[in-house]
Amino acid sequence: MVAFKINGKPVSVSAEPDTPLLWAIRDHLKLTGTKFGCGAGHCGACTVHVNGKAIKSCMTRLTNVEGTSVTTIEGLSPDSNHRLQKAWVAEQVAQCGYCQSGQIMQAAELLEQNPNPSRDEIVAHMDAVLCRCGTYTRIIAAIQRAASEQSS
Amino acid sequence: MTDIDTSTSKITRREFVAGTARLTFAVAFAPSGMLLMSAVQAKAAGYEIGAWVRIAADNTITILTPGAEMGQGSMTGVPVVLAEELDADWNQVVLEWAPANPKIYGYARRRGESLSHSMAIVGSRAVMMYYDGMRRAGAQVRKVLLAAAAKKWRVDPAELTTEPSVVVHRASGRRMSYGEVAMFAEPPATMPEVPAADFKDPSKFRLIGKPVPRRDIPDKVNGAAKFAIDVRLPGMVYATTVHSPVQLAAPVRWNEDAVRKMRGVINIVKLERGVAVVADTFEHALKARNALTVTWAKGVLAEGFDSPPELDANYPRIAADEVAHNTTVGETGDIDTAFANAAKIYQASFKSDFGYHAQMEPLNAVARFNAAGNQVEIWEGTQAPGRSRQLIARALGFEPSQVIHHQHYMGGGFGRRSINDYTVEAALIARAVKRPVKMIWTREEDLAYGMFRPQCFQRVEAALDQRGKIAGWRHCVVGDGGRLLYSGINLDKYYRVPNQRIELRGTAHGIRLKHWRAVAHPFNLFAIEGMVDEMAAAEGMDPFTFRHQRMALTPKAQDVFAAVETLCDWRARRLPDRALGLSVSERSGSLGAGVVEISLDRQTGKLRVHKVWAVIDGGTIVQPDMARRNVESGIVYGLSSVLKERVTIKDGKVEQSNFHDYPLLRMSEAPEEIHVEFLERDTHPTGIGEIGNPFISAAVANAFHALTGKRLYHMPFTPERVLAVLNA
Repeated sequence: MVAFKINGKPVSVSAEPDTPLLWAIRDHLKLTGTKFGCGAGHCGACTVHVNGKAIKSCMTRLTNVEGTSVTTIEGLSPDSNHRLQKAWVAEQVAQCGYCQSGQIMQAAELLEQNPNPSRDEIVAHMDAVLCRCGTYTRIIAAIQRAASEQSS
Repeated sequence: MTDIDTSTSKITRREFVAGTARLTFAVAFAPSGMLLMSAVQAKAAGYEIGAWVRIAADNTITILTPGAEMGQGSMTGVPVVLAEELDADWNQVVLEWAPANPKIYGYARRRGESLSHSMAIVGSRAVMMYYDGMRRAGAQVRKVLLAAAAKKWRVDPAELTTEPSVVVHRASGRRMSYGEVAMFAEPPATMPEVPAADFKDPSKFRLIGKPVPRRDIPDKVNGAAKFAIDVRLPGMVYATTVHSPVQLAAPVRWNEDAVRKMRGVINIVKLERGVAVVADTFEHALKARNALTVTWAKGVLAEGFDSPPELDANYPRIAADEVAHNTTVGETGDIDTAFANAAKIYQASFKSDFGYHAQMEPLNAVARFNAAGNQVEIWEGTQAPGRSRQLIARALGFEPSQVIHHQHYMGGGFGRRSINDYTVEAALIARAVKRPVKMIWTREEDLAYGMFRPQCFQRVEAALDQRGKIAGWRHCVVGDGGRLLYSGINLDKYYRVPNQRIELRGTAHGIRLKHWRAVAHPFNLFAIEGMVDEMAAAEGMDPFTFRHQRMALTPKAQDVFAAVETLCDWRARRLPDRALGLSVSERSGSLGAGVVEISLDRQTGKLRVHKVWAVIDGGTIVQPDMARRNVESGIVYGLSSVLKERVTIKDGKVEQSNFHDYPLLRMSEAPEEIHVEFLERDTHPTGIGEIGNPFISAAVANAFHALTGKRLYHMPFTPERVLAVLNA
């Protein structure tokens, strides 16, 4: 049994300690917004926050999140009204959409750390998450839009 | 009337049919193509029917969408066309996936005498193939509504007009919503004909050509969008597979006893080309899979195949051997005379490696049998729902009617999800374990057991006549894959070369091959436009001028070249370490021209594309913003493959296993600016999903020549290859 908080709610998952957090989230906790892309930490589709820090859940053992607070895309905002989610809709970013939960979680960490990132800072931070549909320029535009809304 | 309601899966959890559909329109196919019918009419004609449009009392209009959604936006783009002619209020339109039944929901394709129906969303077809049928269907439903309202008001239908989802009688100021009309309207015994001449005037369009937000995006920002990998059924177990590292070998034996004892393992299932492990959780299935040691049968064709030496040494030998494996796949004019009379002959050879689709969602499917074992339900995301049902039925010894299919979003398709080998495996595993199964291939499986864009060697020869015009074009293509190797050699669509011969010299390697985004166009255009650029340089001419003066451009080509020359401001000064490259783009009826601006790190050999400009003639653009993003997507996809992506095979085994050794383009490597423009056209829509991809290879190679004076002949242009060319 590993106990932690997910999206503010205390949970305990009964699985082997070395189970990747990704599968605990998707299959045990039934939150499927977090995606399996490579299982090896390369693509970032599985990005979630652990105590506010963006991590790759496919490379994180369940035992390592004992006592932490995990946030998934489902918990980013109560009504999909996080400024990034709104910016993502306004910029019509998503195509196939499979990587987008990871993109948004990675971007949310950035805006928490740096409310007004430069283009280079956005690129450096977002390089961790692959998008096969090539929505990169739209992702940059959405983050810039969210940042400007935040500061205004 | 009988309310026809087919079982369809809802697209999102929020969208539901509010109220009971009062007025339902069936769709059926006549030899002329898609045709809207009333239920009575369809029954009388003996057609199988399904609901296509439903109008409910509360004004909700439900439209079934056959546009399989893999990111390209067809799920929204196709029904928008019907809604336009129906003059529906788009905000009150609800979408549902059309069931996997091509006879009812497919588009018609004529091949010679025969007419076939398909729901395959491949080859950039969705909007292009459904456009006319959707317009006609929308216009027919509108006509029925107008007739019913006219009868009610006792006026001539010609006095009526519509505003979005409202029938209006201007003379008396009366108005009735479509939902109100649906309350009393009876579908006619025969649906009215609406000739194309009566379709809406494009100047009156409210939806086509206007920005309509994609329906899938809100659920793609909060994790709600359902992909097949997200499906969960009661009592479901998990499976994952191992396929032979040497593709297509059958499993002989494996360490069954040891793996069976592992925690959570339920069963081990032998497949034709692999072994599946079934367990209570996916992580248990994965651990068991990694512990599986399989002995594979010997004697498959791929054994001993080494792809690099085959491409580098053997393919050129085959190309040079005039009697080997030679099939002429295209010939116009008198090629031998053109070369015999040539004032000058240019020749160059081009190579390209195997490519992997790398869709972000690994292949997966969910399958469940009924208790009697004579019906299977399938949950998957597929580009070809009709074919999927057929393939599953065939593998199980079923009729397609015994396969119930639930469509889902696809985490990328790019041609890989139009063949359903993985879904068939899920069905076979579910039958063996008699429980609902979710089967997921690991990324490693998805790559190693991939179906690749074939590697290819191309030798191009061009004959210039006395006036310096291109009079002859010989294009020899070597590889395994038939049409997958030469689909993009279509000079007539942009250059008028009077004498041409295209030869295919086939070989066979036993490696699985498949359509890849834009199929052979990306590497065919690498050769065609690389050759053209080489000739322009040798003749001392600007690439645009050379094309205009020597290549006899078609009118479409003249327009896209002229527009892109302006768009990128071709003659403007650039930073000293930058250069531009030009190429035509062609695919699925669309024509484009693109320019890239590159720089080069001469120490590392790393190429960087900073800016891209593309002008596309895609006919009527149904959704300009969506289309623009689609072209941007093709550009990034193309650039990724051109700079980085390479599958190699050694001793029959794929050498790459995940994104560390099959790297994709990341944000820091993507162009800083992409400018896409569409020519204003009112012609029939043509394909958009793949037109962004084909020009990148040649444009980058040509820019490299402009920058360095040297030429790249082998894609991808990895830093090692670039350095080798620079230092040669």
